[in-house]
Amino acid sequence: MTTVRAAAGRLFGGGSATVFALLVCVFVVILFLNPSFFEPPSLMAFVKKAAPLVVLAVGQYLVIVCGELDLSVGSLVGAQVVIAAAVIDGQESMTLPTLLLMLAFGVLVGLVNGLVVTVLKVHSLIATLGMMLVLYGAIRLWTGGAPTGALSDGFRQAGREGIDMPVLRQLPWALLIAAAVVVAAVVLMRKPFGRTLITAGDNEKAATFSGVKVWRVRTIAFVMSAVLATLAGVLIGGYAGVTAQVGQGLEFTAITAVVLGGVVLGGGRGTVLAAMAGALTVEALFTLFNQLSLPSTIRPTVQGVIIIAAVAWAARERAKPRPFLTAEPPVQPPVQPQPQS
Amino acid sequence: MRRTLVAGLAVAALTVSACATDTPTEQAPGGEQPEQEQTADGEWFVRATYDKQLAQRDAKPEGPEDQPWLQAIEPEMVDTAEFKQDGKTLCFSNASVSNPWRVTGWITMQQQVDVLKASGDIGEFRVSDAGDDDNKQISDIQSFVDAGDCNAIIISPSTTATLTPAVEAACESGVPVIVFDRGVETDCMVTFIHPIGGYAYGADAAEFLVDKLEPGSKVLALRILPGVDVLEHRWAAAQEIFGASDIEVLGDEFTGGDGAKIKDLVTQYLQRGDVDGIWMDAGDGAVAAVEAFEDAGKDYPVMAGEDELSFMRKWKETGMTAIAPVYSNFQWRTPILAAVKIWKGEEVPKEWVLPQEPITDADRDEFLDRNKDMPSLHYAKFGGEDLPGFPQAWKDR
Repeated sequence: MTTVRAAAGRLFGGGSATVFALLVCVFVVILFLNPSFFEPPSLMAFVKKAAPLVVLAVGQYLVIVCGELDLSVGSLVGAQVVIAAAVIDGQESMTLPTLLLMLAFGVLVGLVNGLVVTVLKVHSLIATLGMMLVLYGAIRLWTGGAPTGALSDGFRQAGREGIDMPVLRQLPWALLIAAAVVVAAVVLMRKPFGRTLITAGDNEKAATFSGVKVWRVRTIAFVMSAVLATLAGVLIGGYAGVTAQVGQGLEFTAITAVVLGGVVLGGGRGTVLAAMAGALTVEALFTLFNQLSLPSTIRPTVQGVIIIAAVAWAARERAKPRPFLTAEPPVQPPVQPQPQS
Repeated sequence: MRRTLVAGLAVAALTVSACATDTPTEQAPGGEQPEQEQTADGEWFVRATYDKQLAQRDAKPEGPEDQPWLQAIEPEMVDTAEFKQDGKTLCFSNASVSNPWRVTGWITMQQQVDVLKASGDIGEFRVSDAGDDDNKQISDIQSFVDAGDCNAIIISPSTTATLTPAVEAACESGVPVIVFDRGVETDCMVTFIHPIGGYAYGADAAEFLVDKLEPGSKVLALRILPGVDVLEHRWAAAQEIFGASDIEVLGDEFTGGDGAKIKDLVTQYLQRGDVDGIWMDAGDGAVAAVEAFEDAGKDYPVMAGEDELSFMRKWKETGMTAIAPVYSNFQWRTPILAAVKIWKGEEVPKEWVLPQEPITDADRDEFLDRNKDMPSLHYAKFGGEDLPGFPQAWKDR
């Protein structure tokens, strides 16, 4: 038993185990309610739906772990999809230039967010809240209130199509993209940059004294978050096309996913994998509510209770002295991140 | 300490953003949002109105046939001689332009105003947009009244109950008031302009499904949000009709009109079993629902969408069995024309009920052809084809 816990602890780090347990629980309940959910094509459909949130959660993780927050991602996703639809306007040949334009816009938004926070010293909550409103308003102003145009089939490939194959029916591009993002983030967090990011979130002063340019690290985190939000926009736009509501409330869902993954607001703790698991859990919860035919009106309440309970439980776990540490070599040196996979 | 503070702020912000992003989309919210799992004869079902609206669908509207925005069903004309005047300042308090339906109508309205400005019937057109905020709209209306130089006030109310006192105050100022789209709980305005209504819309969709599907077929209902009268009426009518048929309603889900959510929901229903028909209370995101069937490799459902072009184009492209119920977008022209009539002292209907006819297989291609240059989030029955700005004004938005 102790060995299992130790192994789990090494794998997922303090506080993060809760989210994996919750994820398993939710899946087990779904399995009992509706075994057909676990048929490969259904699972692939679930993954396709969940992929954008996973990508967003990774972006949000990078920002949260260095001690900040990014509230602008939902608006940014919406803005990017609306921009894409307006610029492409159904013309296949515009797909690639538009993707580049979106990337540039994403970088710009991230850069502004980052510099306002680090150079102008505006708290990230306010800075990105401002950006959220600016984007929301600017898009409404530009489009006269509702999106126009249409996405091309090429643009929609990533979010909607995949590689046709037996058993799975289709291996979605979205799955491959989300997996690539997670792997890249895991690798990044093991590199010096990732450790610096965590250090900046854990103890800004100490990081500064040891020669880290905290402002630079954080700005890069904001840029990465915005770029990933852009990617999420490509996936969401591809998945369901352009509607006036696209992106609404996603910043909230993404932060929920990250926090549910046991990543501590304020920075310094948590893993990419746990953030990803948080995103999957949130999506699985949505699925579970549908399976239970829970009235729409009560869903936010149930969701809120589950999230608070899970995060509180994780915090309690983290605060407890961990018994297996006595039997095992320490798994968590102060400044280093826990191994992630 | 700092961390606690950050966490506290974060929680506060999450709450704020959750509320802020929860604004309804298709239509503004009611003053309250009662918890609804309504059955027919529930809070949102008034049988007399239901019967009246269903009957109005068959009534022959009076007025020029090629200008449905000037037609009226069973009009009771009122005299407007007391408002006859030379003033030409028209004021318009708009609830919002927060969805494609309103954007389309708003363009049509401006084009109509341009025509009447050119002919000298309208001098100045003043507009305030409340952005779906009741309080903002109340003060918008009040400032029109206080300014004192509006010769007529057009109001498209954001919600019914909350805006009623503001509309009454506008009436009391002696200026002719015109209300359109959503209603208010007073009849002090000179004319109230609206299409037949939500029951007729919901019934058009439900009757089509009952007609086209075998008995015992399964229908999924997709709804925008609870608590808004025009949308609740659509669903109440559908429940009434489904209840009397052999159709099994698998469920009714709120989607917020969000394509991603719609696609996900429909996909999940398809995983659990067959879905033979889709009923929607508004067409936003209808294409996402159709795509869910495509991506799951299932046959197309029988579908009730709306006259939004993205859906109509998909309908034609796939050849599926479908109908496009219409909440007549051309109603945005009528208040402008009504104001000019009132200034001339001409009679207008007290309650100006505009025709509201669904688009079917029979006239689908005609409407698609008429709107072939229009963007996909445009509404086929926008009724602006004869305005000089057509088609450019609706294309460039």
